[in-house]
Amino acid sequence: MSATATSSQAQSASFGGLQARAGSVMNPARIAIRNLDFFYGDHRALKGINLDLPDRQVTGMIGPSGCGKSTLLRVLNRMYDLYPGQRATGEVMMDDANIIDPKLDLNALRARVGMVFQKPTPFPMSIFDNIAFGVKLHEKLSKSAMEERVEWSLTRAALWGEVKDRLHSSAMGLSGGQQQRLCIARTIAVRPEVILLDEPTSALDPISTLKIEELIDELKHDFSIVIVTHNMQQAARCADQVAFFYLGEMVECAPAGQIFTAPKQKRTQEYVTGRFG
Amino acid sequence: MQQAVAANPRPSRARSSPGDAIFAALAKASGLLVLLLLGAIIVVLFLGGMKAFRAFGPGFLISDDWDPVQEVYGAAVPIFGTVVTAVLALAIAVPLAFGIAFYLTELAPTWFRRPVSTAIELLAAVPSIIYGMWGFFVVVPIMAEYVQPTVIDNLGDLPLIGFLFQGPPFGTGILTAALILAVMVIPFIAATMRDVFETVPAVFKESAYGLGCTTWEVMRSIVIPYTRVSVVGGIMLGLGRALGETMAVTFVIGNTNRITSSLFGPGNTIASLVALEFPESQAGSLKLSSLLALGFILFVISFIVLAISRMLLRPRLKT
Amino acid sequence: MSATTFSPGAAREANASRALGRRRYRTNAIVKVLCVLATIIGLAFLASILFTLLWRGVGGLALSVFTTSTLPPGSHGGLLNAIIGSLIQTLLGAAIGTPIGLMVGTYLAEYAQGSAVGNAVRFVSDILLSAPSILIGLFVYQLAVSPFGGFSGIAGCLALAVIVIPIVVRTTEDMLRLIPSTLREAVIGLGAPKWKMIVLICYRAAKQGIATGILLAVARIAGETAPLLFTSLGNLNWSLSLDKPMASLPVTIYQYAGSAFEDWVQLAWVGALLITFGVLAINIAARLLLRRAK
Repeated sequence: MSATATSSQAQSASFGGLQARAGSVMNPARIAIRNLDFFYGDHRALKGINLDLPDRQVTGMIGPSGCGKSTLLRVLNRMYDLYPGQRATGEVMMDDANIIDPKLDLNALRARVGMVFQKPTPFPMSIFDNIAFGVKLHEKLSKSAMEERVEWSLTRAALWGEVKDRLHSSAMGLSGGQQQRLCIARTIAVRPEVILLDEPTSALDPISTLKIEELIDELKHDFSIVIVTHNMQQAARCADQVAFFYLGEMVECAPAGQIFTAPKQKRTQEYVTGRFG
Repeated sequence: MQQAVAANPRPSRARSSPGDAIFAALAKASGLLVLLLLGAIIVVLFLGGMKAFRAFGPGFLISDDWDPVQEVYGAAVPIFGTVVTAVLALAIAVPLAFGIAFYLTELAPTWFRRPVSTAIELLAAVPSIIYGMWGFFVVVPIMAEYVQPTVIDNLGDLPLIGFLFQGPPFGTGILTAALILAVMVIPFIAATMRDVFETVPAVFKESAYGLGCTTWEVMRSIVIPYTRVSVVGGIMLGLGRALGETMAVTFVIGNTNRITSSLFGPGNTIASLVALEFPESQAGSLKLSSLLALGFILFVISFIVLAISRMLLRPRLKT
Repeated sequence: MSATTFSPGAAREANASRALGRRRYRTNAIVKVLCVLATIIGLAFLASILFTLLWRGVGGLALSVFTTSTLPPGSHGGLLNAIIGSLIQTLLGAAIGTPIGLMVGTYLAEYAQGSAVGNAVRFVSDILLSAPSILIGLFVYQLAVSPFGGFSGIAGCLALAVIVIPIVVRTTEDMLRLIPSTLREAVIGLGAPKWKMIVLICYRAAKQGIATGILLAVARIAGETAPLLFTSLGNLNWSLSLDKPMASLPVTIYQYAGSAFEDWVQLAWVGALLITFGVLAINIAARLLLRRAK
């Protein structure tokens, strides 16, 4: 199955009263997934996935719980390596390297493919140190360069104004939405090429959610973004292309405008119209 | 695809930083050190006791001699004393500990639970030697002046059980030692019982209350059956603690190498005998070897008891 | 009332059920009273111990206790050498045992998930946690005293270190396990190697809990007597060298309490007062710290 979204119609479509992103031409792939299988022990959680993640655009992944979308996300930065008994086969090409190649330098990979989690994960240290922690892992910066980097990343994450006067107080004191933007700042401070977002707003209130969504829109000028979400409006608002997963298979991948208005597969249509899920 | 996977098992993490390998090796080595430590304790005590085991053979276990002059040693009396004091201590401690745990989980007002819990747990923090002094200077006089004379007068002449309560009321002896041990193990048993009682899901208790059960009936027919295994584990933990207690027992047991039928009679335990006789043993002597052999025996007994306790407790308390 | 209640059978039944109810409530009340009584008895033991210590010990508290070493009976000695010896052995014992315990706890929580070796280590550590401390004294005597021809402070430290290890293992593992896996993934997701995740983030996140374990371990070994009898032995003279017998508060208390001299017994009570309230204070501090951590 060729799921690569190659062509797309430039069209503006409405979905659920919301304006879905105008369909656009997909950029060349930043990451190309070919025949990917994933196993939890003997259980095959992903079946023959083929998908291109376009450069500096947003890919949304939707589907019911347990469909494999989060699993796929965790393949992209090899998070599954933490857990024995989990393994992947196939190809996940980024430039000329296969991400799931066991010989790959994992730490370098994770510097290139950053991740933000469902719940905010501030480290038990100051706001400044939270950002500097990741940077120090990969670069040796002078004090002033580090300060610059911290300011840059906090600015990009739309958090600088709120925290610039208390950089050295604990990150635990921030609100949930601020913590999540801090985690995004921490991720981009490492200057990755790809950012993975695993339901980044599911633990946040609507206003914080809106801020994060605006941020995603802003960040895609520089980063390739993959977002897993349960919220189809969110996928419609944020994503350039959307992939629908069901029972470990990728059913359909198409530009956001198309998948919500004219899905090719019956199961996709049933899901996006709320008939199951 | 799956065949290819089977042929290519989970890859080892290549090219990870050298720091990772060093840290992981350090962690694992520390873990192995703990295993080694236990093995070494067993081996060292056994080898130390070899001389005595050789000299006396299996008879060491059943001989009640302890004669430094003739150089004849046997383990029967201290083993007897160790087991009897520990079991008696449990007989005293278990009902009290159960009452405390029941009170703390079901009866006490919420604001009162934490201070009482802490106070009971602090009993476990008091050093063993303090129990010894308290026992010797406070409990022994009370036993000698009030408890023992009264009991001897009233129960000493009874048929069948009278022999348990005879002899001069020195205040020291098996029962006093067991009493002190009981106080020392109460916090361990009570805390374990409290923790396992708290693992009973509220819905079980609520449905029993809904049927009109009283607090005691809920405890008896829901909580205890549900936690039975762990409660036994907690009691075994207390037993393990009581078996090896040294300083407190040394102060109050009377330190006589004799098996007496009376609960008020003096005796000794493995730990108290080792603590008392050790300073008078020459390095390399048969006596020292006998003490080490006793230590080995105590270790084996404690190991078995503690291992059973842990097997009973671990699954319930590990969430 | 319905007619049926007037029939003799039903009345008897009602009476019987009322009697049964009364018995059930009486049993319940009796058990409750007994439980309250048990708790009072437990608390009374603690109160009696603390009261005895204060009553017998406070009278002997004097500055000379802290400024003078142990002296022969009748010459107004103090406990200075015993206090210093206890501090040295306790702190050194904790300093040796803590890093090992920390690494073992780390191994169990971060590396040994479900492995047979890990389960064995956890099992053995739990056994050592409750193993008779006198046997650890005998063990160290055979290893570090007997072959080197003499009792020594360092042997005492080693014996105490062996006691520290399982306490620190237990709390370290428990505390590391409380850290949510998402925090770990967030660190790894930044490209940190595992050891940096553990040392820089996990330890920091669990530091109050781990500190609690270390404090509890210190409190436990500060009062240990039996293992020191066979290792550092005790020393009635002033000595700070680790290769010679070394005094300690618990051993000095043991020697003095059993003596026939009144001033020595008095000093034993003072020592007992100091050590008990010190140990209980550390325990309470540890508990407060743990409450903050959770």
